[in-house]
Amino acid sequence: MNTIYQPAIHFHNVCFEVGEQRILQQVTGSFPTGNITTLVGPSGAGKTTLLKLCNGLISPTSGEIFIHNKPINSINPVALRRHVGIALQSAPMIKGTVYTNLSLPKTLQGMSLSREEAISFLGDVGLDPSFLEQNVTELSGGQRQRVSIARTLVNRSDILLLDEITSALDRTSVKEVEELIVNINQKYNVTIIWITHNLEQAIKIGHYTWVMMNGRVVETGKSTLLNHPTKDVVQQFVEGCLE
Amino acid sequence: MSYTTLSLTLLFVLIPLILSKTLHLGLEKDTLIATIRSIIQLLAIGYILKFVFESDSMVYVLLMIALMIITATFNARKKGKNIKGITWKVAITVIVVEVIVQSILLGFHVVPATAQYIIPISGMAIGNSMILSILFLNRFQGELESHRDEVELILSLGGTPKQAIHRQLITAIKASMIPTIESQKTIGLVQLPGMMSGQIIAGASPVQAVQFQLMILFVLLTSAAISSSILGFLSYPTLFNDRMQMLKDKF
Ligand SMILES: Nc1ncnc2c1ncn2[C@@H]1O[C@H](COP(=O)(O)OP(=O)(O)OP(=O)(O)O)[C@@H](O)[C@H]1O
Ligand SMILES: [Mg+2]
Repeated sequence: MNTIYQPAIHFHNVCFEVGEQRILQQVTGSFPTGNITTLVGPSGAGKTTLLKLCNGLISPTSGEIFIHNKPINSINPVALRRHVGIALQSAPMIKGTVYTNLSLPKTLQGMSLSREEAISFLGDVGLDPSFLEQNVTELSGGQRQRVSIARTLVNRSDILLLDEITSALDRTSVKEVEELIVNINQKYNVTIIWITHNLEQAIKIGHYTWVMMNGRVVETGKSTLLNHPTKDVVQQFVEGCLE
Repeated sequence: MSYTTLSLTLLFVLIPLILSKTLHLGLEKDTLIATIRSIIQLLAIGYILKFVFESDSMVYVLLMIALMIITATFNARKKGKNIKGITWKVAITVIVVEVIVQSILLGFHVVPATAQYIIPISGMAIGNSMILSILFLNRFQGELESHRDEVELILSLGGTPKQAIHRQLITAIKASMIPTIESQKTIGLVQLPGMMSGQIIAGASPVQAVQFQLMILFVLLTSAAISSSILGFLSYPTLFNDRMQMLKDKF
């Protein structure tokens, strides 16, 4: 661990179990500050679980997590979750309009989001201002996903956890969102962990990558390792994705 | 009414029994149990009340109220098994309702402070509080189950448990109060309330019966509002741990 790549998040022997079921096993590793790390692996590998641990929605059964070298349990949960923002996989919405949803992070703090700011956040994700008053029940899957991303940006977190945020988008929108995230990463030095099923995206966007399977991290390194995996399991996974 | 005439009314039990048998409703056993239980319970309470009224001692009145509170608590808590300390929470709710109702009625001398008034009114206030608690707990848990992703979303953005659960809590409080309010809108139009009917049959003047009935309705409104609100605010914190995480087995 050198000084330039000081970890934003560090996992030490983290296990997560629900009853008898072992969902994460012995996860150890770091997410370097100011970098984008992509997280890939088959469905059910434990990727979402790992993100929820970082945001404090759940706690490890055993092992330790550090956020900027501080034990996660020593950080107040509200402060932690504003500092480590997450865009949840299902892009859940609260009842109301797009504006209600975009301003949610602010209203939770007893503040409000101005219409201008809201419009600017919408613009970031490629939605035009007319969406502001739209009821969220009327959004398409892709629009919903974009509102969810914009909402996550409102807290201006310096660590962002993105759970398959482009899965419902068309190719052009995917490119736009990728550019947006890369831009945020470069401009504000935001640390990003990005779960994706798209290997091309994982290689292109990620500085680093983690490959997960069956609750274990089976490989970590520069994201280009996915181009020529050295481990058999990773090789098989990559081939499976390309089919 | 004599016991001989009362026994004639058992014909009303025979009819559902025959219907149940011929239509294969399978309700014979439950109907019989319900009948026998109501006979025993009501006769017992009749004689107990007679004794309490005649003894003219507040100790017995308090004992009876305590018994009502305990029974109501144990009935309602079944619906909130996964809420920690639900027994105490329901008990506190019911006690607060009873104290507020009696403070107003006795404090302002609305009714005389005798067993004859205190006990039936307590029964209605506590009974209603119990039903409201059950309605509230049912609805609250239903709301939580169907909106857990919303609760999780608010937590994930840095909201507190109270903020995360606010909408579900308010919905459940509101929903549990609606039957009480709605039933009062049509009261008297179709069906005369049971207590009023009883008084009229027993020979009281209809106007006086109406006055008492109105008083009871207002008591029930208060009992409904207080019950769901108190229980709501007592129960939501136990659904989260001190790291502000949803306890999975409770959602
Ligand atoms: N609270 C929980 N209770 C029981 N099982 C759970 C819980 N959370 C996750 N799991 C299980 O843990 C495993 C990993 O889930 P997770 O959502 O982390 O997978 P994932 O890698 O994100 O998958 P996907 O790519 O499909 O989103 C799954 O088998 C899931 O069913
Ligand atoms: Mg997932």
